[in-house]
Amino acid sequence: MTSPRKRPKTASLVLIPFWLVVLAAYVGTMLWTVQISFTASKLLPVDTYVGFDQYERLFSSTRWIVSMQNVVIFGALFISGALVLGFLLAVVLDQRVRFENSLRTIFLYPYAMSFIVTGLIWQWLMNPGLGIQKAVRDWGFESFSFAWAVDRDMALYALVLAGLWQASGLVMALMLAGLRGVDEEIWKASRIDGIPAWRVYLFVVVPMLRPLIVTAVVLLSISVVKAFDLVVALTNGGPGISSDMPAKFVMDNLFTRQNIGLATAAATVMLITVAAVLVPWIYTEYFRKVRAGAAT
Amino acid sequence: MTSKLRSILAVTALSLATLPAAAQDKPQAEVMHWWTSGGESAAIKTFADAYEKAGGEWIDTATAGGENSRAATINRMVGGQPPTAAQFNTGRQFDDLVSQGLIRPIEDLAAEGGWRNAMPTALVEAASRDGEMYALPINVHGQNWTFYSRDVLEKSGVSELPSTWEAMVPALQKIKDAGFTPLALGGQPWQERALFNAILLQQGGKDLYMKVYRDKDEEAVRSEGFRKAVETYGALRGMVDAGSPGRSWNDTTALLLRDNAAVQVMGDWVKGEFTNAGQKPGEDYGCTIGLDDSMLMVGGDVFVFPKTDEPAKKAAQDLLVETMISKDAQVAFNLAKGSMPVRSDVDTSAFDACAKKGLELLRSEDSQAPVFEILVSASLAGSVDDVVTQFWNNPSAEPDDVIEGFVNAFEVEG
Repeated sequence: MTSPRKRPKTASLVLIPFWLVVLAAYVGTMLWTVQISFTASKLLPVDTYVGFDQYERLFSSTRWIVSMQNVVIFGALFISGALVLGFLLAVVLDQRVRFENSLRTIFLYPYAMSFIVTGLIWQWLMNPGLGIQKAVRDWGFESFSFAWAVDRDMALYALVLAGLWQASGLVMALMLAGLRGVDEEIWKASRIDGIPAWRVYLFVVVPMLRPLIVTAVVLLSISVVKAFDLVVALTNGGPGISSDMPAKFVMDNLFTRQNIGLATAAATVMLITVAAVLVPWIYTEYFRKVRAGAAT
Repeated sequence: MTSKLRSILAVTALSLATLPAAAQDKPQAEVMHWWTSGGESAAIKTFADAYEKAGGEWIDTATAGGENSRAATINRMVGGQPPTAAQFNTGRQFDDLVSQGLIRPIEDLAAEGGWRNAMPTALVEAASRDGEMYALPINVHGQNWTFYSRDVLEKSGVSELPSTWEAMVPALQKIKDAGFTPLALGGQPWQERALFNAILLQQGGKDLYMKVYRDKDEEAVRSEGFRKAVETYGALRGMVDAGSPGRSWNDTTALLLRDNAAVQVMGDWVKGEFTNAGQKPGEDYGCTIGLDDSMLMVGGDVFVFPKTDEPAKKAAQDLLVETMISKDAQVAFNLAKGSMPVRSDVDTSAFDACAKKGLELLRSEDSQAPVFEILVSASLAGSVDDVVTQFWNNPSAEPDDVIEGFVNAFEVEG
């Protein structure tokens, strides 16, 4: 670890424009959002303050509660699923299989598509009238049923499935890079000791991949919080409100329902929720380590 | 040397000064709207042609999707770069813009032009704030039409489309037993709510409809009539096909075109789909307003004219109003759009059998009711959508859920 050095003055000077942009564009708009959430704004921002009224409205809305529950379920399944699938894919490719290059491209390819395209593809695949269900039934399996996107109880899992299809490739690419970086010596040593490969992966390699796992979790979490395009393209929050997401709630109220106050209150709650989860985690992951490094 | 330079500068300055002046000779109108589909763009083109013919220059700014277009309009108005005219739906979407003083009242033009008296009262009211007109209604869309496939009805042994919902539900069941999809519905919240409102107006009557949506009357919501409408609506939940959730209205109309489904309750923009497929109203498919041709739910589109201090822009707006509301432009536009002219004093002989039924109802105030977007704010409309869509998509939801949902929405959104 490098010990912290004193930064030259010119460097600080050069950084001033950067800090200005950060303060104005990010922190500034964030504060503005929070400010609007305490007003009675409808179509346009106004300065009539109403205290916590918008937040009361927000939490009395069934739709908001459902969308918060949905994002938790979606997030947990999507992140853990993508990690497991991506890691398994990487392990398989790491066995020096034939056509590794082509396979790697195929698995990574979905990530090159936007969530909108992903959503549309899966909407068609899961459409009972023209997707997988129709194809299999036409082959003669009359009772086959696969129409998650239009099923109230399954729509949320349809989102998870489409998300996994899209994001697993990215995790695979990250993990594969990590696996290739594992020292050959470790494998040799474990073979001499007669340790089965799966145990080496689980107890030796996975802990070594920790920084990569952290990166993957951060990337996946971001797409969970802003889950909007996938939902709009695949289920549009439906049937009913069964697959609604907080980001969609915010967008609806911001643009269609002329409820800027309510929308910004919802956005603020999202921000606080994310901060409440992330800040302690980032603190333990990075800052404590830096301090420990500085001490030695 | 210096004199040469000076003359070059002078010429440049002159040309710079004259260029915009030359362009300003013609009144220039930038019009923002969201008519991008085939029939729609043909319709707006009739306006553009009429405007150019009247000596103006039309700049077309089309954005796909009403929400996107309105968001762009509002952003530009707030940012001080408003277009000459912008499209909105008839209703309360531009309330805040009026109260912030961003919209030009067209009261003087309305008083002068003499076309206001020929318009449906509900639409004039919806375009006015405090007795002054702020928006120009340009068409009438009926939103409680029932379109049906004659073939499917015949094949299922239903000779006539029933004229009440009480008789309609068993008839739909009969169609279902015959192996067809009885009700063609796209499961998007606004379509589900459109069906509910059509039932409420038909079964509950205009009185109840107005009490619920205009007066936000809790007693009306708890009344027997409202409950009955909810029960009818609930009984229809099993009448749609499995592909319904999330489907757009035009893909839904295709079910009728292919004779897979019997009935679609929707606005008259559906007619464009039939026309595109070469089907004729009254012959290949049937249309009734509500179920018994007695009450038309009227809505439509308006243009608003952002406030401006420049006389040139004002002149362009004046000319726009004049051309859009002229008799010829009204007929040409509405024929292409599938809607009805907003003035009752134009020649309607070119319109189809369905539109003529609607025009008949437009003659009297007693046979029309405003669409609910005119009566309720955008945020209350959204809350109503939430309540209705939850009921529609949950087979075990009870009518009480809708009633409590409405009462709650009225309390919170007012």
